[in-house]
Amino acid sequence: MKGATVASRYGGVFVLAVIVAVLPWFLPNSFYFDVVINSGIAAIVCVGLNLLIGYAGQISLGHAGFFALGAYSSAILTDNLGWPPIVSLGSGLLVVALLAFAIARPILRLKGHYLAMATLGMGIIISIVLNQEVDLTGGPDGMPVSSFSLLGQEVDSELGWYWIVGGSLIITVWLALNLIDSAVGRALRAVHGSEVAAQVAGVDTTRYKILIFVVSAVLAAYAGSLFAHYTGFLTPSEGSFFRSIEFVTMVVLGGMASVFGSVIGAAILTALPQFLTVFHDYEHVMFGLVMMLTMIFMPKGLLPSLRNWINKRTS
Amino acid sequence: MSLLEITGLSKSFGGVQAVQELEYTVESGKIHSIIGPNGAGKTTLFNMVTGIFKPSSGEVHFNGQDVTGLPVHELAALGISRSFQNLQVFFNMTVLENVMVGRHLHCRREFLQSLLHTPAITRSDEGARHRAAELLEWVGLKAYVGDHADSLPYGALKRMEIARALACEPKLLLLDEPAAGLNNKETQEINELIQQISERGITVVLVEHDMRLVMGVSDHILVMDHGKKLAEGTAAEVRENPDVVAAYLGRGD
Amino acid sequence: MSSELLQFLLSGITVGAIYALVGLGFSIIYNASHVINFAQGEFVMIGGMGTVFIASAGAPFPIAMIGAVLLAVVIGISLQKLAIERARHASVVTIIIITIGASIFLRGLAGVIWNRDFHSLPAFSGEQPIHVAGAVIVPQSLWILGVTVAVAVALFVFFNRTMIGKAMLGTAHNPFAAKLVGINTNNILILSFALAAALGAIGGILIAPMAPTHYQVGIMLGLKGFSAAIVGGLGSGPGAMVGGLLVGIAEALAAGYISSNYKDVVAFVIILLVLFFMPSGLFGSRASERV
Ligand SMILES: Nc1ncnc2c1ncn2[C@@H]1O[C@H](COP(=O)(O)OP(=O)(O)O)[C@@H](O)[C@H]1O
Ligand SMILES: [Mg+2]
Repeated sequence: MKGATVASRYGGVFVLAVIVAVLPWFLPNSFYFDVVINSGIAAIVCVGLNLLIGYAGQISLGHAGFFALGAYSSAILTDNLGWPPIVSLGSGLLVVALLAFAIARPILRLKGHYLAMATLGMGIIISIVLNQEVDLTGGPDGMPVSSFSLLGQEVDSELGWYWIVGGSLIITVWLALNLIDSAVGRALRAVHGSEVAAQVAGVDTTRYKILIFVVSAVLAAYAGSLFAHYTGFLTPSEGSFFRSIEFVTMVVLGGMASVFGSVIGAAILTALPQFLTVFHDYEHVMFGLVMMLTMIFMPKGLLPSLRNWINKRTS
Repeated sequence: MSLLEITGLSKSFGGVQAVQELEYTVESGKIHSIIGPNGAGKTTLFNMVTGIFKPSSGEVHFNGQDVTGLPVHELAALGISRSFQNLQVFFNMTVLENVMVGRHLHCRREFLQSLLHTPAITRSDEGARHRAAELLEWVGLKAYVGDHADSLPYGALKRMEIARALACEPKLLLLDEPAAGLNNKETQEINELIQQISERGITVVLVEHDMRLVMGVSDHILVMDHGKKLAEGTAAEVRENPDVVAAYLGRGD
Repeated sequence: MSSELLQFLLSGITVGAIYALVGLGFSIIYNASHVINFAQGEFVMIGGMGTVFIASAGAPFPIAMIGAVLLAVVIGISLQKLAIERARHASVVTIIIITIGASIFLRGLAGVIWNRDFHSLPAFSGEQPIHVAGAVIVPQSLWILGVTVAVAVALFVFFNRTMIGKAMLGTAHNPFAAKLVGINTNNILILSFALAAALGAIGGILIAPMAPTHYQVGIMLGLKGFSAAIVGGLGSGPGAMVGGLLVGIAEALAAGYISSNYKDVVAFVIILLVLFFMPSGLFGSRASERV
């Protein structure tokens, strides 16, 4: 029993690490690097979001707001105030953590559709502010972001970014798996299963919901900050309602309550539109279809369904 | 010594007086039962004692302390646990994990340590896993330990809820209709389980419709009707109480 | 009352009426199925864009309007039959994602099949503004208000005086009892989607002469209609009407007195405030969970 959980925890991380380590040798050009880096960034958001939605059972339709706040904090603090990128990143995370904490208590009292709507409203408010505060953000036209530097070393190569994002993703996944397989993680899943039963077992459900909301927001902001420096240019669409829905769809497609599912979901939905540019006009049509079809025919998502299927075949 | 003391406790939902001016004392170490027709207010009483509902008026004292209106998880920490009439199972977890959640307060759960899964966390988790497995074996669910909760039959889920409640190491255990929907053999097993729980020094309050179970196992019985106390006493006293006889026989229950 | 204030109120009531129609659609579907249909805004878009394109194919406007409403109704029914019904027992999150998926799908399709330009419909009866106490009102506003009132009255009669209407309310309060007395709940669900789609489309047609329609208009109009339903109390018909007017007026006042840039924020701030402090809205009721 003990061996099994430890093995599954580290086995998966190991496989992910190996894939990240060897993948660069199989990426033929910078287009592929770009797709993989963007997938990794989305995956970081989705792992956090899955902790909130898949594990703790609290939906958010506004996490792109946190992603964008992380991105814009980094952009504004480094470019307008001249702060070192790493300090801007840290400050951005702190701001987002405080904001998420402030809003978490009233918002997480809500359930189901009400929670969905409130998080959606929150995300849209953030996105409207980013669009309107032209002096700060450049408004709908966007703003450039200076490059990232780490330990005095400017990160300017695709490969550099690849390692930063890959490393961040591995660490995120590892931390998430650790958390899930602890009393805190069980408490979060219990909140999803039955809130009153969790409370009767001694779980301060409000506290845990706030905790995981903040954690997922901070992860989204971290990914947003990386994204800002990596792409070098930001527009408010990074915080749009559609972007929030994209993140949720990645989580759901990969599999609720499946950390690796989120990585796969993020990779598929980031890559697909890039490789299907001939269908560019149909991007939204396809996106909508994927959402509906997965939810109708495979509500558990790709990875859990695959696992079930394999279990059935082998037993 | 009284473990739980309820004075003037009332709860209304809109116009419905679910519990009215109830006075009730639970003695430490005994098995208590609450009987009464559906809608008598038994579950509502449990919900107030466990903090799920705030009373409209009245007080609840536990272990000499005024606990009226405390949040549910704080009451859990003080030693009150329960099972549910309508199952409240974590269907997104395995049977073992369900019971491990019951160990929540006994586990290390510092956030940063959990993120890193430090040896201290691993050790505390192992302890919880071990204890949960033991309890599952004790309630007779050894065969299901690793299964997913959603694959269990109804009777097993009822027992799993008891194991989960016991995992909290409560002083007071409230069981809301643990034998409802069970067959004779299963009811008999629940009966034995309740006695074993009591032998471990845990005070039990049982809500149950199965009169054989109630009369056989209880040291004290409270009869409720329309949110009020109709009678209380030992099984023999209650059985002979004219109000109870009238209420039960008159209604033909 | 200053004429400026009156002007703001008039324009607030006009858009508020549209929000009310969309909000009514949300409430009708919620009542019948406890589903929030995030695709509700797309019916508004289909109403406007549908009329534009059917008319451009040569149909006279009244026919084009009826055609667009029917198109929305057919799509609404398909949504219920093909997607929602199959996920009947799914979790709230699942259903939310299905209806959001449907909205993105429909929007995408509209962008491809029709186009991504802005289109206007001609006003129903001229553009000559009418002066009232220093404020002006365009005839289309009167159309919007008149049609909304007519729809509200019709719905009131339908839900309170007809068997089928009462049955729809019955389904909302107790699906099991509805089944017992022989009401086919499946038909009720279909009917509620059809009705909601028609309401949305009517709203979309009414507003198109005043605010150009576009394949993406459904997003904001849908969300604001939702905020109307929330303010009034989810599931309450009169609530949605009052909620729509309140949101419309608040928006117009904010645009006039505070900043038109932040006009769109108003509806969402209202959603948050209502959810935080008055979660059952003005007229809604919410039962507590039993354990
Ligand atoms: N959450 C609630 N909301 C409204 N009424 C309730 C609620 N819980 C219980 N009631 C009402 O309170 C009364 C007592 O119910 P309950 O405590 O469940 O009775 P019992 O458990 O004895 O069958 C009943 O009339 C019931 O309808
Ligand atoms: Mg009961």
